[in-house]
Amino acid sequence: MTTARNIGLAIEDLSVYYGNFRVLKNVTLQIPSNKVTALIGPSGSGKSTLLRCFNRMNDLIPSARIEGKVYFGENNIYAAGVDPTEVRSRIGMVFQKPNPFPKSIFENVAFGLRINGYRGDMNEAVERALHVAALWDEVKDRLNDGALTLSGGQQQRLCIARAIAVEPEVILMDEPASALDPIATLAIEGLMRDLSREYTILVVTHNMQQAARVSDETAFLMMDDDRAGYLVEHGETQQIFTNPVDERTEAYITGRFG
Amino acid sequence: MQGPISTRAEFDAELTNLQNQLLNLGSMVEKAVTRAVDALKSRDLAASEKVVKDDDEIDQKRFEIEEHCIELIARQQPIAGDLRQIIAILHIAVELERMGDYAEGIGRISMLMGDEQPLKALIDIPRMALLATGMLRRSLDALVKRDIEAAKEVCSADDEIDAIYDQVYRELLVFMIEDPATIRRATYLLWAAHDLERLADRATNVAERVIYLVTGKLTEINVSKY
Repeated sequence: MTTARNIGLAIEDLSVYYGNFRVLKNVTLQIPSNKVTALIGPSGSGKSTLLRCFNRMNDLIPSARIEGKVYFGENNIYAAGVDPTEVRSRIGMVFQKPNPFPKSIFENVAFGLRINGYRGDMNEAVERALHVAALWDEVKDRLNDGALTLSGGQQQRLCIARAIAVEPEVILMDEPASALDPIATLAIEGLMRDLSREYTILVVTHNMQQAARVSDETAFLMMDDDRAGYLVEHGETQQIFTNPVDERTEAYITGRFG
Repeated sequence: MQGPISTRAEFDAELTNLQNQLLNLGSMVEKAVTRAVDALKSRDLAASEKVVKDDDEIDQKRFEIEEHCIELIARQQPIAGDLRQIIAILHIAVELERMGDYAEGIGRISMLMGDEQPLKALIDIPRMALLATGMLRRSLDALVKRDIEAAKEVCSADDEIDAIYDQVYRELLVFMIEDPATIRRATYLLWAAHDLERLADRATNVAERVIYLVTGKLTEINVSKY
């Protein structure tokens, strides 16, 4: 794999099956680097499946099968010989519900570094990640407290710090603010904007206003009659939310769907 | 999905209400222009005064529309076609209110003229008023039908008004050159003609907003000579 930072992602004619059921069909999409790209679409349109393809999380689902290519920079991450763990260390993920480990705040952030055999100054690395995740000031005096003593919004920022600690180039976020209150949501959204200067961010969200606020580009997925997800429209967020090209996009984002 | 569908239906009903409010304002403005020019022509000062007074209602109506737009933006966070519709209506309401001011202006000119007879028989000015109110009506029809071709036609009709205005201007200029004593009375009529020329320009602005609403493109369709 190339080591250049901030390279984009591209998928080519991607189809994903769970057993015989096709969840995604023939998706081709380019994700620009150092931008926030939002994936929107109704439940079941394959957004999360698509997101998980980018760091081979679908490999963990026994019946999952993938056709097509997913490029990270120049490299197809599904090519033979690619180590999924290596992919995941460069393409991090943050989930819908904050899922800190039942360990201290410090250990949560240090965890990924330890399993990757990090040899640098651990205190420094943890502090740096907590700063980037805009959590440092709130936790610097209680790093040894349990992570579960934090509020939901803080826990989610901790999970972002944990993802950032191993210095990925891409951060995948699956509805990262859906379990949070409006204040914590704004904090996460602000963080996404900040992070996009250094990282490529791909976020699945059901919240149209959130997609409109945080993303530079938006991709809209729908499902066809066989319930397979496909890409309807992808463009600059400004265009998608003021003047979408496809009628289906308009119907979905304005809530006229179904 | 009962909940979301019904709030969408409510929003649609609100958007229809908003458009109806705008059409109502348009019809108030159209009447004001017609009454202002009729009163100018028939020298009915009481009617002119009423046009001036009634402009307050037009101003009030425009604020109501503006407040309704603000409320919908705050509560519904509109996007895409919904957003364009609200923004277009917000702009059109301002255009209509300004057109109402031109009608008021013609009312004031008539009151300034007082007992004096107009310098010449009023033929072109009522014609301009007829054309301008026609443009206004057609631009709002285009809004209702979301018809960009009709909107473009409104814009091209502005040339005819400009041509009549040219003619009125030349004619009044001749009066003023031949007899400087007519300058004051000629100026009154020139003001009235100018108000109508501006009014027609505002109707093209309305049509341009219809094109924006439908296509998302902000364009100047027909640049008026004036």
